Formats: sequence, structure tokens, C-alpha cells
Amino acid sequence: MLDVKKIKADFPIFKTHPELIYLDSTSTSLKPQSVIHKTMSYYRDYSANIHRGIYKISDHATEEFEGTRNLVAEFINAPSPAEIIFTRGTTESMNLIVYALGRQIIEQGDEIVTTIMEHHSNFVPWQQLAIEKKATLKIIDIDESGILDSNNLDKYISKKTKILAITYISNVLGTINPIKEIIINARKINPNIIVIVDAAQASPHHKLDVQDLDCDFLAFSGHKMLGPTGIGILWGRQKLLDQMKPFNYGGDMVEEVYIDKTIFHPSPSKFEAGTPHIAGVIGMGAAIEYLNRIGLDNIASHENRLIKIALNRLNEEFGEEINILGPDFDQKVAIATFTFNDCHPHDLAQLLDEEGIAVRIGFHCAMPLHTRLKAHATTRASFYLYNDEADVENLIEGLKHARRVLA
Amino acid sequence: MSIYSEIILHHYKHPSNYGSLEHPDLKATAVNTVCGDKVAITIKKKHDKIVDIKFEGSGCAISIASASLLSEKAKGMKIVDLQKLDRADIVKLLGIELSASRLKCALLPLEALKKAVL
Ligand SMILES: Cc1ncc(COP(=O)(O)O)c(C=O)c1O
Repeated sequence: MLDVKKIKADFPIFKTHPELIYLDSTSTSLKPQSVIHKTMSYYRDYSANIHRGIYKISDHATEEFEGTRNLVAEFINAPSPAEIIFTRGTTESMNLIVYALGRQIIEQGDEIVTTIMEHHSNFVPWQQLAIEKKATLKIIDIDESGILDSNNLDKYISKKTKILAITYISNVLGTINPIKEIIINARKINPNIIVIVDAAQASPHHKLDVQDLDCDFLAFSGHKMLGPTGIGILWGRQKLLDQMKPFNYGGDMVEEVYIDKTIFHPSPSKFEAGTPHIAGVIGMGAAIEYLNRIGLDNIASHENRLIKIALNRLNEEFGEEINILGPDFDQKVAIATFTFNDCHPHDLAQLLDEEGIAVRIGFHCAMPLHTRLKAHATTRASFYLYNDEADVENLIEGLKHARRVLA
Repeated sequence: MSIYSEIILHHYKHPSNYGSLEHPDLKATAVNTVCGDKVAITIKKKHDKIVDIKFEGSGCAISIASASLLSEKAKGMKIVDLQKLDRADIVKLLGIELSASRLKCALLPLEALKKAVL
């Protein structure tokens, strides 16, 4: 069991705002002191560019930067750090695949498959590519409880499907998709399918293993897993990365440049033109070390316990007044997205804020999902390693306050 | 201080001029893309004046209260004067301080109204 009190002491924001009840980690997580320290230390102690300087502080920066690449590779069990590409976030990772691969391989009449529960960043790029190439976008549905229709994959995937772009965990429903099984079955239908996994909501809580999953690409963001903003990861199979064109052209990614041609570095350099977010990468390394130290399995079981308590208590207190989307606790991460009486999410969030509780409202970048569920905007409370039962009780008190004011 | 003042809550729970007019002379809707809220306004005019106005839609307390207060103010006003209404007038009507995100909610009815009388 996690010692939440001790963990909270690692997060300086709770010193700045001792009363803060932060229930929006699905949007972005808070940052521990070790990450803040490591990020700042780059700027303070060795803020030189990487890969170029023949001097000590540049070497130091390069070492830390490439050291993080190794850490990330271990974190997701990638066969080689050369397959780890630093991006600005999941969104950029997805767009990179669309530009550098999707546009080369998708032709008129091809099929791209995604799901109705995607975040816009793993939906809009594919939709736009399909429109541009006159390809067909097929969308795997969910049932009423928010479980993906993965038993009927042959309804969606065929020999014409070139790409399956799918989220590991829904940022609205919290649903954990049986991703490994889905990939096995997708490959049975079409051995040539390229599978892209959005792991933005998985990496903060779940041990990832790209070799075990047998996906082709996997993307996630640093800021959702205790790291800095503006830094993300794209992992891709070497074979595919070799075949892809660069995404951005410029410095650092080239071997030789002539008047009439350029020879590019291999991956990952090929995809990392220009000076990267060095401090962000280094800070992300500290985030991975922090998560490793606490243990992802411990975090997952802490969250699982918490969401079970949260769902039970919310239903117990509010019964018919609350409608929580998504499956039961055993099939989801610690996300409770709900509607409450006739309270508008804007009013709910504002009244909760009056009580020091931070939640998120709106469509959570998943408008197709809300449309599918015939849901108006919703309110989302999410829990992470620094949350505990007291936060659940505070949320309940906050909702009662909102009900009193608005009733 | 809470922005849920008595005036706001009163207009939210008992909005004035809620509904829609049959055969309106002017009408428009506005949508808040953050939450999907919608306000639809219907207007009857005589010469250059608003003689009746109704609004309907789904919204938070701030946007409903804003629509209610605005509709009260607009009734009887000249269209040229309506066109001059701006953010400051709405803030004054509501009598509360709003963050940038909530200001959007408060301004939604004005956006619809301005579209209607364009
Ligand atoms: C499932 C999922 N995918 C992708 C993203 C996009 O991540 P980013 O905004 O860091 O690019 C998010 C962020 O909310 C997400 O929850």
C-alpha cells in the first residue's frame, strides 16, 4: 500500500496550496520535487546544447539526454533505445506517424481503423488522412457500459486495413482495453496490419511492454506521468522507422548536406530535427526514476482500490442523482466521469473549486465518444498516487455543496 | 467570494423570457464549443425597437442568468443601441467577477443576440 502522506510530501505544490484537492491528473499530473530539481538543474548547472559541444557541460547534457532515452527504452521494454523518439507529446507522436508513414502508405480505398473512445489526437489525424487519401475510416464501437466491441473485430478489420490506431485506456471512461488480445486477433485477420497504440493514459499507471504487446508504435506524454510538459515519446519498430521519411527537416538530423541532396541520420536522430526540449527530456528521466522507485504495480493497485471506494461511495451517497460513465472498477483506471442531477458541469466545477477541488469538465477531447453516449458535457474526477480516500470524501462533500447551491 | 450570488441563482432558477416566439422577426443561436451549450434567441420588433424577446437552450447558471438579465434589458431597447452592448455591459448586469473561461458562458447570450440583430 502506498503511503500517500509521504508521497504528498514529495510534491511541492501541496506546500504552496496545502488545501488543494487535485482530481485532474488525467489531464496532467502534478510534479514531484525530484523532477522539478532535475529540470532546473539542467538550466542552472549545464545548460549547453547536446550532441555538438566538445566541452564538459555539453557532454554532461548529452549524457543526461541520451541516458533518458535508455531509461525510456527500459521503461517500455523496447528492443533498442534507437527506437525511442522524443516528441512534444502524444499528439505530435501521432501526427509524426501520419506524416512520415501514413501519407506514404495510405491509398484510395484503403482502410484505417480506430475506435469511438479515442482522444481527438488519435482520431482527427487519421480522419483527416482518410479524407485526403479517399481512404475509409472505420470505427470500433463500444457497448452501453463503455466496453470496446473487441469480440467482433472482423466487423471492422479486413485485409484492406492498413492501420489500426487504438487507445490503451480511455481518458473519459477509464476503460482498460484488452490491447494485447486485440492485437493478436487483428494480426490473425490481417498479418500486415500496422498497430499504433495511444498509451497516454496507460504510461502513468501501467507497466508497458512493447514486445509483449506486439504493437508497431506506441505513444505517450511526459506530463501525464509526473514529467514536464512539452515532452512526449514515440516508440516505433526499427524496421518501420527505417522505412519512414523524416517529419521535420533541419539541423542535427543530417549526416551530409550537398547542394542537391542530403543524407539523413538513422532513427532516432532522423526524427529529431533542431534543438530538442533538453530540460524536458532530462526531467522526464527523473519522472521515470520516481515511478520506478514507487513501482507501477503499487500505483496501479493503489488506484484500483481508490476507484473501487470512489464508485461505491458516490453511488451510495447519490444513487440516481449521479450517472458515472464507463465500466466497473475492475475494468478501469481511477477515472470517474459523471453527470450529476441537472447540474451543469461548468457550475459543478466552479462550485467544487470553491471548496478547493480541481476537476475537469467538457468533452475531454473526445467529442465522438460523448456524441455516441448521447452525453452533454461531463465532469471528470481522476485519482493518482497522491490521492486517497479523504479526497473521495471531499469530492462527495463538494457535490453536496453544489447540490445545495443549485437546487 | 462565490459567483453564485442571489441574483444569479434567482435568474438561473426562474429565468425571465424563457421559451421561443412564434413567427419571430429575428432569430439566432450561439454555441459554446467548450461544453456544447446552446442559446437560441427569438425576437419580435416594431419599427426599430425590440417589443418581445425570448431565449431558450441548455446552459450553466451563468449563461442562463446572463440570458435572462439580458432579455429583460433588451425588451424595449432600440436595435441600434442593442448593437452597442458589449462585455462590460454584461459584467455590469451580472454584478460578479468572472474568470476568462466563465466570461465565455456569460457572453454567449449576447453573442446570439448580436447575431440576431446584425
Ligand atoms: C488518451 C489520450 N491520448 C492523447 C492525449 C494527448 O496528449 P498530449 O496533449 O500530451 O499530446 C491525451 C491527453 O489528454 C489522452 O488522454
